[in-house]
Amino acid sequence: MTRFTEWSDLFAEHLHQKFKDKKGALLPFLHDIQDALGHIPPAAIDHICDSLNLSKAEVDGVISFYHDFKKEHDGRFSIKVCRAEACQSSGSEELVSHIQKRLTQDGTDTEFHIEAVYCLGNCALSPSVMMKEKLYGRVTPKRFDHLLTLERTPHA
Amino acid sequence: MTSVKIFIPQDAAALSVGADEVAALVQTQAETHNLPIEIIRNGSRGMLWLEPLVEVETPNGRIAYGPVGCEDVPSLFEEKFWEKHDHPLCHGLTEEIPFFKKQERLTFARCGLTDPLSLTDYRAYDGFNGLENALKMSPADVCQTVRDSGLRGRGGAGFPTGIKWQTVLGAESDVKYICCNADEGDSGTFADRMIMEGDPFSLIEGMAIAGYAVGAQEGYIYLRSEYPHAHRMLEKAIQIAYDNNWLGDNIQGADFSFSLEVRKGAGAYICGEETSMLESMEGKRGLVRAKPPIPALSGFFGKPTVINNVLSLTTVPIILAKGAAYYESFGIGRSRGTQPFQLSGNVKQGGLIEKAFGLTLRELIYDYGQGTRSGRDVRTVQVGGPLGAYLGDNQFDLALGYEEMSEGGALLGHGGVVIFDDSVDMAQQARFAFEFCTIESCGKCTPCRIGAQRGLETMDRVIAGDNVATNLDLLEDLCELMKDGSLCAMGGLTPLPVESAIQNFPNDFYSKTDCRS
Ligand SMILES: Cc1cc2nc3c(=O)[nH]c(=O)nc-3n(C[C@H](O)[C@H](O)[C@H](O)COP(=O)(O)O)c2cc1C
Ligand code: SF4
Ligand code: FES
Ligand code: FES
Repeated sequence: MTRFTEWSDLFAEHLHQKFKDKKGALLPFLHDIQDALGHIPPAAIDHICDSLNLSKAEVDGVISFYHDFKKEHDGRFSIKVCRAEACQSSGSEELVSHIQKRLTQDGTDTEFHIEAVYCLGNCALSPSVMMKEKLYGRVTPKRFDHLLTLERTPHA
Repeated sequence: MTSVKIFIPQDAAALSVGADEVAALVQTQAETHNLPIEIIRNGSRGMLWLEPLVEVETPNGRIAYGPVGCEDVPSLFEEKFWEKHDHPLCHGLTEEIPFFKKQERLTFARCGLTDPLSLTDYRAYDGFNGLENALKMSPADVCQTVRDSGLRGRGGAGFPTGIKWQTVLGAESDVKYICCNADEGDSGTFADRMIMEGDPFSLIEGMAIAGYAVGAQEGYIYLRSEYPHAHRMLEKAIQIAYDNNWLGDNIQGADFSFSLEVRKGAGAYICGEETSMLESMEGKRGLVRAKPPIPALSGFFGKPTVINNVLSLTTVPIILAKGAAYYESFGIGRSRGTQPFQLSGNVKQGGLIEKAFGLTLRELIYDYGQGTRSGRDVRTVQVGGPLGAYLGDNQFDLALGYEEMSEGGALLGHGGVVIFDDSVDMAQQARFAFEFCTIESCGKCTPCRIGAQRGLETMDRVIAGDNVATNLDLLEDLCELMKDGSLCAMGGLTPLPVESAIQNFPNDFYSKTDCRS
């Protein structure tokens, strides 16, 4: 299957075919765009309105309701840190301060940013972090530094 | 020489601490040592503090090693861990580990034992026996069996599953739906994830039984987007089930067809509330619907719909396989059967404990959990997710059952128990309860939307020591308002963690030095 990385007529048509007959298609439609492009651009919103016969207000309303959908993105890499109770009880707030300090010190806050999330389902191995859909457990500040180094090393 | 069977889980929790890397290293080490091995990527046994847990099959049963890091793998091979069992990481027979041995695994009977995507394994461990039995019964009898088992919804509210199914069965409609609630948003819970990754066919089987019982031909799993690994496992399992006629048209030759699809959520806690979930599945903002009508009569696109939690549905197969009386023989009072409890937070031995209702919190915390990971005293546990109560030591002897917990001013919810040591500041926890509600409220009703914001501001003043007594009085009124005036349990239960924290740990609130007095 073609992997789409930017908004194009081809991508638009692909999505239209995939979702035109689906019940409650809007969320899966938005997920496909968000996954491919990292955000939902204005042209995509117009296309959804045509394809699913929805008003712009309806589509905008849905995008703004859900934490996963973003209308724009600044290209920064998101470090999702769990700040819910089980992680709080094992040092997630200290971890957040550590990461913040670390990013400012290295000047890499232009590349990375922290996104607070509330439970990643890894509560017994807290604190938990997710980067690029990969989950990490028992994330001490030291382990975080190690993971960040790995993340920055270009993959072979 | 026959190959040595080695089990290394592919559960997301195990992967989060390096199970893939360990598996790769075990493979290369085996080659170096000329040892023929077969690695099976099983589900997790639920002893999460031991993950990555490496098991090796022996004539006496599986021997457990854990937690195994990559750095430990060479020494395991040097000490011939498949023959001799004296490596420092060896725990002996897996099933003799006290944490595991004392459990009663019904819903999770297969989880961790089998390759989650092997239909052969699934069948060998009684898989699809429940569906086969159900297909020989009348739909009404299937509903009655589930009702007689005493099974109550494991998603939090504890509504009898059989009664819900009977309502949907009785509703007149050509089209009906089964929706599985796999939003698992409660912090401190991971049982849904664990079984979807470790035994996904059990969910498929449970949903097919539900479909047959109520006359529905379409099923949906509403899965939270925070679970990409569970998503992959479900997609693969569903495909295998279709390929082998456990889904699709005329399942195993019966006059029953059932289709199944996963729908991904988009990061909204409130979409775990069933009507919000329906709105979301229909492609709308997840605003909670006023009830009535109940979803059983008017649910997905207005059609009669069964909505059940993952654990309710994955428990149905064993009820149909072994009978209502068998399942009902476990438990206490009106809480029948077993509950997969999830022990997490600051705990030495965290993980999943499936046990008949009726054990106490103290047993969970100290016998299974062995106290805190930090080695400090346990100060409080939060039971039942972010909307659950904070309990103190004097409540640890409460029996874990629906009625028993509510008599103690708490709720069981989805069975999560989060442990905190004595460094916790309960005023901060109360503040967080409001903060969470401001972030996750659907915004439909004022007591919740505005109330949570006011609560947060008031807690900030209490923490700053600003007119503490007056502000705590204010908070009390606010909590009453939220409880009385909220449309759903998000606003209605946010006061529970707050009030229980104040009641059980007043010093954390009143001792804040009042700067104005
Ligand atoms: C704020 C809120 C969040 C909820 N989150 C979940 C959830 O994540 N998973 C779940 O199964 N039920 C959740 N519920 C309960 C559902 O509304 C519903 O009762 C349940 O899915 C019914 O299935 P059951 O009878 O099998 O438990 C939530 C309820 C509320 C009020
Ligand atoms: S209580 Fe909160 S979450 Fe529930 S309907 Fe009202 S605003 Fe929405
Ligand atoms: S509370 Fe952090 S992973 Fe569940
Ligand atoms: S927008 Fe609904 S109360 Fe104001």
